Amino acid sequence: MNRYNRHIILSDIGQEGQQKLLQAKVLVVGAGGLGCPALQYLVAGGIGTIGITDFDIVEESNLQRQILFGTSSLGMNKAFAAKNRLEDLNPTITINAYPEKLTAKNVLELFNEYDIIVDGTDNFSTRYLINDAAIITNKPVVYGAIYKFEGQVSVFNYQNGPSYRCLFPNPPKEGSIANCSEVGVLGVLPGIIGTMQANEVIKIILGFKDVLSGKLFCYNAKTNQTSTLKINKNDSEFEKVLNQKTNLKEFHENISCYALIPEISVEKLLNKDNVMFIDVRELHEQPEINIPICVQIPLGELEENIHQINSDNTNILVCQTGIRSKKAVEILQKHNFSNCYSLIGGVSELIQQLKIKI
Amino acid sequence: MKLHIKYFGLLTEVTKCTEEIIDFSGNTIQELLQVLITKYPELENKDFQIAQNNELVSKETLISNPEIALLPPFSGG
Repeated sequence: MNRYNRHIILSDIGQEGQQKLLQAKVLVVGAGGLGCPALQYLVAGGIGTIGITDFDIVEESNLQRQILFGTSSLGMNKAFAAKNRLEDLNPTITINAYPEKLTAKNVLELFNEYDIIVDGTDNFSTRYLINDAAIITNKPVVYGAIYKFEGQVSVFNYQNGPSYRCLFPNPPKEGSIANCSEVGVLGVLPGIIGTMQANEVIKIILGFKDVLSGKLFCYNAKTNQTSTLKINKNDSEFEKVLNQKTNLKEFHENISCYALIPEISVEKLLNKDNVMFIDVRELHEQPEINIPICVQIPLGELEENIHQINSDNTNILVCQTGIRSKKAVEILQKHNFSNCYSLIGGVSELIQQLKIKI
Repeated sequence: MKLHIKYFGLLTEVTKCTEEIIDFSGNTIQELLQVLITKYPELENKDFQIAQNNELVSKETLISNPEIALLPPFSGG
């Protein structure tokens, strides 16, 4: 217990409080700007069991703020990369990595394994899924969200307090509010907000009185202004969710983030003319696609190299698994490309189906 | 009544300010919203909640305190 000595000598924590931390199970959804700092303090502070869910891959443009990762993590799944680093920080606790997207199918089973959920996601569809699943499984959610220089923190569904839907009843129109990859974010900001989320998690476990339940804390990093706004509970928002308890999948189909992104399978590809592949993975990622009708432009450099892409072609965006390529299609659509698709299954599917020499 | 209105997040890009004083002679939050939308037509298409005296309130609420805040949801993480 020497590791936790500075906690234990605090009279408000002591041996007993540290034991509560060691027995707690916390699930962090999203190992990005908010999830990384939250994870670092939760792991260092001795939360006994920590789950990390993230389907995404570490990209160079993440390193400006997601300082849990280093250059050696580039191209790795974020949940696995985070687990690797965190196991060095504290090898005495249990860390479970889930390299998958949180969906209406897996969310309830996953939440049932944990006591507290940390929302560090970057899109509304997952935020509403987290809210609804937390109501159904009766778990508190420690919420954080950021926009450019501003951040919000709150605790939802805690001791009969309000939920995210009591604050914002319905998801805004998808695309109406941009995320960090579209508008930028000050690197320090998610560090501050994610660290505040870790703090709220620890206060909940220790049973401290003044948790941010029923309150939305707002912080502006540019002006140093803070506001704490009172949120009232709206029981009808809870009923709305509980009525959909057995129907969560359908309830959430309408708020899927990527609903409008055109995708294509390798088989259907064969019927298209003037096909050009655009490989949006980082340059070092394997296996290589060795065919003449393929250009390599990493996702982070796509926008500045958009002139290299001919809009008369059928442009097929390819990445490792078919997730980054959807983001790439979004970027091309923004620049008025119409004939572009994300390749389902990514590079492995392509190589398998077309038997390209590697 | 002179109202002190604070704007958060992307709303500051519509209003080009983070706070301002507005002379208001109506009664409800809804009436105030009409005044603000007339001044900033783009607000009509934005999602946001309204707080009075640091408490989130509905549009039907009577204005009894000059401290008003307009708060959009954030998605970033």
